Amino acid sequence: MITAGIDMGSRTVKVVFLEELKVDGAPQLRWGVKGKHIMFPDDLDADQAADKAFEDALKGAGLTRDQVTKVVATGAGRKQVKFATSDVTEVGAGARGAVFMCPEAKTVVDVGAEEGRGVKANAEGKVVDFAGNEKCAAGAGAFAESMSRALQLSLKDFGEASLRSDKTIPMNAQCTVFAESEVVSLIHSATPKEDIAKAVLDAVASRVCAMVRRVGIEDEVILIGGMVHNPGFVQSLKGALGVDKVHLPDMPEYISALGAALIATDGDA
Amino acid sequence: MIANYGYKDGSGEYYISIDTDKCIGCTAGRACLTGCPKGMFEIITDDYDDEVAAVKQSFRRTLAFDCTGCKPAGGYTSLPCSTACTPGAIKHSW
Repeated sequence: MITAGIDMGSRTVKVVFLEELKVDGAPQLRWGVKGKHIMFPDDLDADQAADKAFEDALKGAGLTRDQVTKVVATGAGRKQVKFATSDVTEVGAGARGAVFMCPEAKTVVDVGAEEGRGVKANAEGKVVDFAGNEKCAAGAGAFAESMSRALQLSLKDFGEASLRSDKTIPMNAQCTVFAESEVVSLIHSATPKEDIAKAVLDAVASRVCAMVRRVGIEDEVILIGGMVHNPGFVQSLKGALGVDKVHLPDMPEYISALGAALIATDGDA
Repeated sequence: MIANYGYKDGSGEYYISIDTDKCIGCTAGRACLTGCPKGMFEIITDDYDDEVAAVKQSFRRTLAFDCTGCKPAGGYTSLPCSTACTPGAIKHSW
């Protein structure tokens, strides 16, 4: 059996196919990733983007639509995926995928482009407690992206630059718009770019950490979402969370799509 | 599951927490739907196929303002939503 999870995020569309593995002896994973695909929708409408991402993912994995038994959608645009069998919230999908990747971690920190959230999950990957920030973009990837543009650095260089700084510059603004004006002030006062980059990422980490504290921080934490690719953010968040074991999965941006595909396998959705 | 709906901004943390385990087999007859004068609650089917209460999407970014009618500046002793919810599933963070 092959199932699919499609995560319609605010910046990218992620697709993961899962196939049932032949299990000769326990303990082994029963499901394996058959293929994965990520797409920037650019100017496409959400429903067109979902179709294109899914078609491209099928092609990449060497599959046809008929071979996929069930498709579960998740993410901010999950209702736009017309061909999905069902949908699941990004909270439920993220928790399920994260616990599959790292069963020891019960606190899941998910930071994508539009929103960051903290989730406490049980051993089966079901959500016990969650908190997000419905209003403010300052705890999400889009904020870091916007600030990297203000510093005229690529997102990759922005993350790496922050690692070269050991200064702590507090950013007081909670709002992206006001934070940007703080960054401009720092640029005008000839503050080195690496110090500004660290200040921005510390601020994002602090906002995310406040949400995670609402649900409680367990001994082991797993970080998922595209922001995990930013090493500066990861370092800032590790410091803010104050835990020793922080797990970083290999494909952090696909974890919610993986969770949706897993939910499709057991008929939870 | 504890579902926290709301946000944190420069003025504070504004979350309504709903213990959705207490919504399953609600003994208050879904009184939250009528208890809130603004009609901020709705019943949804969650990811685990349980029918539970949630704060409507349109209110999740404006809780500090939407709840002011029930939280006058002089303080408050009880809120219509948490009073109506006799199982005690609804809590405010502020």
